[in-house]
Amino acid sequence: MARSSERADAAISEPRWLRWLLIAIAIALILIVVVLPLAVVVVEAAAQGWAAYQNAILESDTLAAIWLTLLVATLCVPANVIFGVAAAWAISKFRFPGKGLLLSLIDLPFSVSPVVAGLVFVLLFGAQGWFGEWLKAHEIKIIFATPGIVLATFFVTFPFVARELIPLMQQQGQDQEEAAASLGASGWQMFWRVTFPNVRWALLYGVLLCNARAMGEFGAVSVVSGHIRGLTNTLPLQVEILHNDFQTAAAFAVASLLTVLALITLGLKLWLERRHGESLARAARTH
Amino acid sequence: MDILIEGVGKRFDGVAALSPIDLAIPSGQLVALLGPSGSGKTTLLRLIAGLLPVDGGRIRFGDNDATRLSLRDRRVGFVFQHYALFPHMSVFENVAFGLRSQPRRQRPAEATIRKKVDDLLELVQIAALRDRLPAQLSGGQRQRVALARAMAIDPTVLLLDEPFGALDAKVRIELRRWLRTLHDETGLTTVFVTHDQEEALELADRVVVMNQGAIVQDDVPERVYSHPASPFVFDFIGRSNQIEGEVRDGLFFAAGMSTPLTSDDCPVGPATLYSRPHDLRLSESGKGLQAKVLEVRRLAGRVTLEAALAGQTRPLVMDLSSHDLLALPAAGERIGLSLQHYRVFAAAR
Repeated sequence: MARSSERADAAISEPRWLRWLLIAIAIALILIVVVLPLAVVVVEAAAQGWAAYQNAILESDTLAAIWLTLLVATLCVPANVIFGVAAAWAISKFRFPGKGLLLSLIDLPFSVSPVVAGLVFVLLFGAQGWFGEWLKAHEIKIIFATPGIVLATFFVTFPFVARELIPLMQQQGQDQEEAAASLGASGWQMFWRVTFPNVRWALLYGVLLCNARAMGEFGAVSVVSGHIRGLTNTLPLQVEILHNDFQTAAAFAVASLLTVLALITLGLKLWLERRHGESLARAARTH
Repeated sequence: MDILIEGVGKRFDGVAALSPIDLAIPSGQLVALLGPSGSGKTTLLRLIAGLLPVDGGRIRFGDNDATRLSLRDRRVGFVFQHYALFPHMSVFENVAFGLRSQPRRQRPAEATIRKKVDDLLELVQIAALRDRLPAQLSGGQRQRVALARAMAIDPTVLLLDEPFGALDAKVRIELRRWLRTLHDETGLTTVFVTHDQEEALELADRVVVMNQGAIVQDDVPERVYSHPASPFVFDFIGRSNQIEGEVRDGLFFAAGMSTPLTSDDCPVGPATLYSRPHDLRLSESGKGLQAKVLEVRRLAGRVTLEAALAGQTRPLVMDLSSHDLLALPAAGERIGLSLQHYRVFAAAR
């Protein structure tokens, strides 16, 4: 019995040596590209001991960068949740002209290089930009200041929540909303009691990805920030500055913060997929 | 409550899904909207429910103009084809949804809600499942939950979209009978959509046959079956045989027919004769329609015979009665057939 099933296996699968070779190549690549750099971050950050690590992180410019990064994320993530839910709702539950265009526009930040995204804001709001004169006259500072960083981050992160919700909500269709409406639910009740519970895990998933990107964004932010130490540097920019200043240990210490963030995101993502993969994929199976 | 539909139509992107129609549904009736897909039956049901806005005309529930009422004020119990149960709520909470969604001033007290939901679950015979989630139920059980949920709001009318479409054959027949009993107990005016003629004929007090966005017949099931108003209805309701021929002097002539038949009030010209497989008999004298047996089939206790009629392209199908079985013809044999009932319609031009 066992032998015959082995033979059947051989008939439909590759020879053993090929399987091992492929697995070995994959593992080697992951080691070189993912694990090794991560290990370097940890080792280099710890190279000069705990005290040096603490000093690097508690240094005032770094604290300012942490603070700015948190501020940007707290502004961008909720804004994206509101925008993402509204866009997904509109796209999946209604028919209107220009729907395809809206979908492509939501995807735009995925296809545009972040540097270009940053430049666009400089061209709009910079000193020589379209609104530069007007902003200067009213003493509003956007470029090389926090508003510009928030804008650029918002632009780069805005597909995450919407893109996570749209396929799910499209699959679910409007039957449940129609049922709720025919049972007398108001629009508000319908959203909170029917639509939201159906998408909450996908929403959390989108928030997670959005947050990771908001905190880790480099390109777009780099263009609009102006790299003013202690003022307009986010964590990724701070890492670059420290690195350019040959403060390698400090650079890696700050980088380790971003790494921890990445690991937490990864952990939560895994947990979500394992615990609620069911409801993330439910719509796909029942239809 | 009776439903009165006056001149209601609907177009989607310029294409008429429903031509303006009139229909009156008296209070307490169980009515089937029957038709093939694309006939406009579901559109009509959704218009009555208010899930679609009407293009024109009026729908009245009793003395109220429902087209001016909001969905909430229409109080329509709608059962969706795929039930549309809320997957994150228990059976109990699904049924309680309509009560909990009422504006705070009208919302019943928690104890009243519990009592009412439990009574409804009792009525649809799923009280034991009250704490389950929809995913843990069978199709038939979900159907019952959907029905209880729709009835919780004390609907003025109950509307069901293909209520048995997603169920397997055995459960379907069981639920059909049960729905009939339930309707007789509650007396709710009920409209359901189906493409299954057997379901419509067995369950409904009245059958509204629809085709291409129009009502083609509106009658009691018995008459829809025995007196179809058009060739379409004849063909759609049950199996049918067709014989091409022409009408002259009040008689129907066709190739393969030795004697002409009376042709009701069909106008002179090309015409088609329609008859049911069980309305054909083997004639003892060998007279009548002259045919040649193609095939004899036994299926589920029924014997059907297929015979070619001289000069006709389509073979005839007939159900043999037990009487005929004594002298069962064999394939290739020549037989004479007589028609017990038939209808002659002018050929479409």
